Amino acid sequence: MTQSVVVQVGQCGNQVGCRFWDLALREHAAVNKKGIYDEALSSFFRNVDMRGGGNDPDIYKGKICSLKARALLIDMEEGVVNEILQGPLRDVFDSKQLITDVSGSGNNWAVGHKIYGCQYRENIVEKLRKTAEHCDCLQCFFIIHSMGGGTGSGLGTFVLNLLEEEFPEVYRFVTSVYPSGEDDVITSPYNSVLAMKELNEHADCVLPIENESLFEIVNKIHQMINSGKLGSTVKQNSLVTSSAGSAKTLQEKPFDAMNNIVANLLLNLTSSARFEGSLNMDLNEISMNLVPFPRLHYLVSSLTPLYTLADVNVPSRRLDQMFSDAFSRDHQLIQADPKHSLYLACALLVRGNVQVSDLRRNIERLKPSLHFVSWNQEGWKTGLCSVPPVGHSHSLLALANNTCVKPTFIELKDRFMKLYKKKAHLHHYLQIDGMEQSCFSEAISSLSDLIEEYNELDATKGGPRIDPLRLKIAV
Amino acid sequence: MSVVTVQLGQCGNQIGHEVFSALCSDVRGTHGLCSRKENESYHDSCKERFFCEEESGVPVARAVLVDMEPKVISQTLSMAARSGHWKYNSHSHFCQKQGSGNNWASGYSVHGPRHKEAIMNLVQKEAEKCDRLGGFFTIMSMAGGTGSGLGAFVTQCLRDAFPTSFILNHVIWPYGTGEVIVQNYNSVLTLSHLYQSSDALLVHENDVIHKICAQLMNIKQISFRDVNQVIAHQLGSVFQPTHTAGEGSSYSRNPLGDVMEALVPHPEFKLLGLRNIPQMPENSLPYSTFSWPGLTKHLRQMLIANAKMEEGIDWQVRPPHPGSSIPSTNKPLHFNTSIANLVILRGKDVHGVDLGSFQDPSLYTSWLNPQDAFSAWKTPRAFNKYEKSASVVSNSQFLLKPLDSIVGKAWNMFASKAYLHQYTKFGIQEEDFLDCFTTLEQVISSYTNL
Repeated sequence: MTQSVVVQVGQCGNQVGCRFWDLALREHAAVNKKGIYDEALSSFFRNVDMRGGGNDPDIYKGKICSLKARALLIDMEEGVVNEILQGPLRDVFDSKQLITDVSGSGNNWAVGHKIYGCQYRENIVEKLRKTAEHCDCLQCFFIIHSMGGGTGSGLGTFVLNLLEEEFPEVYRFVTSVYPSGEDDVITSPYNSVLAMKELNEHADCVLPIENESLFEIVNKIHQMINSGKLGSTVKQNSLVTSSAGSAKTLQEKPFDAMNNIVANLLLNLTSSARFEGSLNMDLNEISMNLVPFPRLHYLVSSLTPLYTLADVNVPSRRLDQMFSDAFSRDHQLIQADPKHSLYLACALLVRGNVQVSDLRRNIERLKPSLHFVSWNQEGWKTGLCSVPPVGHSHSLLALANNTCVKPTFIELKDRFMKLYKKKAHLHHYLQIDGMEQSCFSEAISSLSDLIEEYNELDATKGGPRIDPLRLKIAV
Repeated sequence: MSVVTVQLGQCGNQIGHEVFSALCSDVRGTHGLCSRKENESYHDSCKERFFCEEESGVPVARAVLVDMEPKVISQTLSMAARSGHWKYNSHSHFCQKQGSGNNWASGYSVHGPRHKEAIMNLVQKEAEKCDRLGGFFTIMSMAGGTGSGLGAFVTQCLRDAFPTSFILNHVIWPYGTGEVIVQNYNSVLTLSHLYQSSDALLVHENDVIHKICAQLMNIKQISFRDVNQVIAHQLGSVFQPTHTAGEGSSYSRNPLGDVMEALVPHPEFKLLGLRNIPQMPENSLPYSTFSWPGLTKHLRQMLIANAKMEEGIDWQVRPPHPGSSIPSTNKPLHFNTSIANLVILRGKDVHGVDLGSFQDPSLYTSWLNPQDAFSAWKTPRAFNKYEKSASVVSNSQFLLKPLDSIVGKAWNMFASKAYLHQYTKFGIQEEDFLDCFTTLEQVISSYTNL
């Protein structure tokens, strides 16, 4: 069994991260009734004996003493991290896992990346090493951050770089929250594009998220509950947005519902690696199957179902509906429509009481309406995990490497160019030590190249299928 | 003689468990429908082949379990122990923490050499426990990373360490519409490597077994466990003891050697397919009766029409006219030409069954005498609650189309260079791929021109 470490950077990163740890504890509590520290728990948590008084050695077996998250919390202002440390999750983190400063990055990527990066480099490396030492077999780093600000974006991508240098063999999965069009941070296009270059070059897989999509999903759920159309009541703790049953019973903040969706994404992504199933799908398999060319590693994700009704017997029709929903526009976590673009690869990770025949039936049913690239016509990666998420009898996570990310990137480029042409706010960046005009031109060029790669693939869509000639054997 | 089973990867371990379960429950069952003496003989022979005794009296499977991550092996070991009727040796397993990530190159080039010594030590220990070693039976899928890549490496090591032993690889071919996106690459790499070191490849296709579960076994929500149990039944129908030398002889003692002798006359032709009838839900068995003529007729037509199961057989397909030598291009379409066939019959009144129709020369290529191309093994002892059961193991064009399809898809992907960076980073280069494609195109060509 392998371990993963979560590195949460900046305000967004830490708020999402906080929700993740809360829901992870809830999930394991539901599965692990006897309170034994098992392998599944060890993938994200250490079991520590607190009586040592400062030394806190790890305990590898037996009853749970005190669980500590395998995490690094980084923020250049103290507000968010302090709040976490005063909240119900305070015992899950210890002070050795935090790196904070006071004044923040002023929504400036260069401040986060160049100034704080330089300043905190050694501190970060040391803390990463310590966390890695506590791991038997470290497989993956999960980075959670936003792209539009200064810390998450700048310092977050600095840490990404660092991880590649210091731990080249460990996978780097990045969950990035992209800014929306009406973002109130004016310089978010600059920050995002500068960060994109780092993601292009140093991440193994990126899961882009857009706030708009999360917001729409939250609204959809509210509508469904309040409309009274459903008949039976909805199981509260089954909402993909809910914190019910978790440690955080204080009043929910507005972003909590949205952040819970992202937290659930990460839990489902790692479920097959932690729990048993008839067809396991580990994190290294996700990277292997969904990344056909090194730079095309942006995966569009969708989670279903969003909620479960209280009635227990789920007819197979509802199961099929779950699969259909995973491919609909409304369930994607970015503003994109994979169904009408080109699939390079698709992964389906099912949890709960679903068998291979259900999977096969739905793949057969949905395949005709989807466009797959010519060299991967039957490119499906599937996984079956027996343990369902809390409150559900089954669930589905779909990850698609699909050209539908292109519009998101094109829009980002456009917003960038609008500012850049006028050189608006550029001086805030260029006055930072280590920043030059070339940083900007290289970043936009990297993004343009990426868009071009997607363009070339899109050009093949719908064209005639010409299979390459096979080798001929002399008889 | 005893057979040592090596279970590789998630698939190999899950199937291996079902196989030993099926063998054990068949032997313990009271449905033998034969004399007590026959039953005891059968029992002893099966035990010798697949199990060894422990002081506690619980039979211990002669198996080595290998996987690169721990979840499946620990599940497999505990499920077996819980049954109370058999178990695995608690030391005969090897696992790591991280898995092969569906990457053949990782399984073959990284895990293989790294863990060769530990794995071969376990195999050696099992081999030494056998009074006489009858060979190795490996179970693996070719779509993933461990079963396929590490499996290919281990097979090579077995060949090097035991140059005179028989090696039979049981290989699972994945669903056509994908379980793993790079499954066609992994399959091409596996098959071409196994072809060098193995004596024969016995193949089961997931699509075929799935259909059997759906249409014959009437299972509504088919799980991998259901699929694996059908596979285990089919394997048991081949490897449980039989009289290979006719009525009155004792049970044969060399199952793998007998298979090779019967079916693999030429090293270019190693692909073996398997068909078994009847297959039906257990609760229908008491209400069904079978006749040998009916069963053998269906089995023969399944063979020549390349039907995957006993429903939907195309009865229009007929062998070409006997006596004339017909170039392969003029042979009737869809007709499955065989190199060699082995029919296994289990159940009541088995010794009187006439299998002359299987010796029809028009079924075969012209290289062997029909008497040499066809073998029959029988036992009056019924298998796994089926009053009568018939199987055919065939070295024929059964697998030609599926193989061609896999190679075609892999080549298509290779031409676009997709995913190659995942393999080259572990040392498998484009030239290695080309070599593998060449090997398999050669195999396809050979089988096509039968």
